[in-house]
Amino acid sequence: MKSLAELKELRDKVKKDMKKRDQGTRPEIIVGMGTCGIAAGAREILKAILEEVETRDIDVRVTQTGCIGMCEKEPLIDVRMPGKERITYGNLSTSDVKEIISKHVINGNVVQELVIARHSE
Amino acid sequence: MRELSLHILDILENSRKAKADKIELQISENPGKNSFIIIIADNGKGIKKELLENITDPFVTSRTTREVGLGLSLFKNAAERTNGDFEIKSKKGRGTVVRAEFEYDNIDRAPLGDIATTISNFIAANGEELEIIYEHSFADEKFEFDSREIKKELDDLSIQSSAIVSWIQEYLAENIKEIRGGEAF
Repeated sequence: MKSLAELKELRDKVKKDMKKRDQGTRPEIIVGMGTCGIAAGAREILKAILEEVETRDIDVRVTQTGCIGMCEKEPLIDVRMPGKERITYGNLSTSDVKEIISKHVINGNVVQELVIARHSE
Repeated sequence: MRELSLHILDILENSRKAKADKIELQISENPGKNSFIIIIADNGKGIKKELLENITDPFVTSRTTREVGLGLSLFKNAAERTNGDFEIKSKKGRGTVVRAEFEYDNIDRAPLGDIATTISNFIAANGEELEIIYEHSFADEKFEFDSREIKKELDDLSIQSSAIVSWIQEYLAENIKEIRGGEAF
C-alpha cells in the first residue's frame, strides 16, 4: 500500500522535473473539458497526453478549459508553443494525441490535417 | 455519460469555472441501504437565485453566459431515472453544493467508473490553483484524500508534475479498491 511518506522521496527525485508556474516559457496543452468534451472522450485524451508527457519526460504545462463553442469537433485540444500562434486540433483520438506531441510539441511542426483553428494572440 | 465519474468530472469543471479554490467531493456507497450518493461542494462564485430555479432545464439555460449547460440536466436525469434524487443549492458569492442520490442496485444506475483517473487528471490540469478534498465510503469502510496534505510533502515541487500525478492516481486506485473490497470500479 502506498503511503504519503513515500512522497518525500519521490519529490526529491523529481525536483528538477518541473518548477511551479513558469508559463510562457513552456509549451502549453489545453484540453476542452466542457460537457461536450467529456461526453466525446476528453478524459481519455487528457490521460493520453499525461502518459505521453511522462513517457517522453518533456516539460509541458497541461491545463483544461470549458466549452469553446465547437462542440461538434470535440474532443479538442489547443497547443501553444512559446512565442507561436495557438493551434486548435479537433476530432481527436488518443493516437492523434501522440502524433501531435511528437510532431508539434517536440519538433515544432504543426500537424496540418488535424488543425481546426488558428489564433494569433 | 457512461460513468458516474464522468458526471463528476463535468461538475468539477463547473466549479473550476466558478473560480472555486476548494472543492469537496463525497461519494457514499451503501449497497445495504440500496443507496449511492455523490455530493460536490465548492466555494466558487455561486449561482444567482433566478438562474438556480431553472438551472437543470437545458432549454432555459442561456448559452451566452456559459455558466451552465447540459451537464447538470444530464446528471439530474441520471439520478432520477434510478428513482433517485437530485438537489442543487447555491449562494451567490459563497459556493454551490450538488447532491445526487441513486438507487444502488437499479439497472439504470451507471457504474462509478474510473474515479481515480478522473481525480488525478483533474489535479494534473488544475492542482496548483485549487484544493480537492475527497472522501469515499463503501458501507463501513472509508477513505479520505486531501490535496493540501499532498502539497505539504512536496515543498516547492508542483502537484501537477507528471510523476506526482501518476503517484496520486495509483494511490487513489489502491485505496478505493481497498475500501470496495477488491474492485476499483
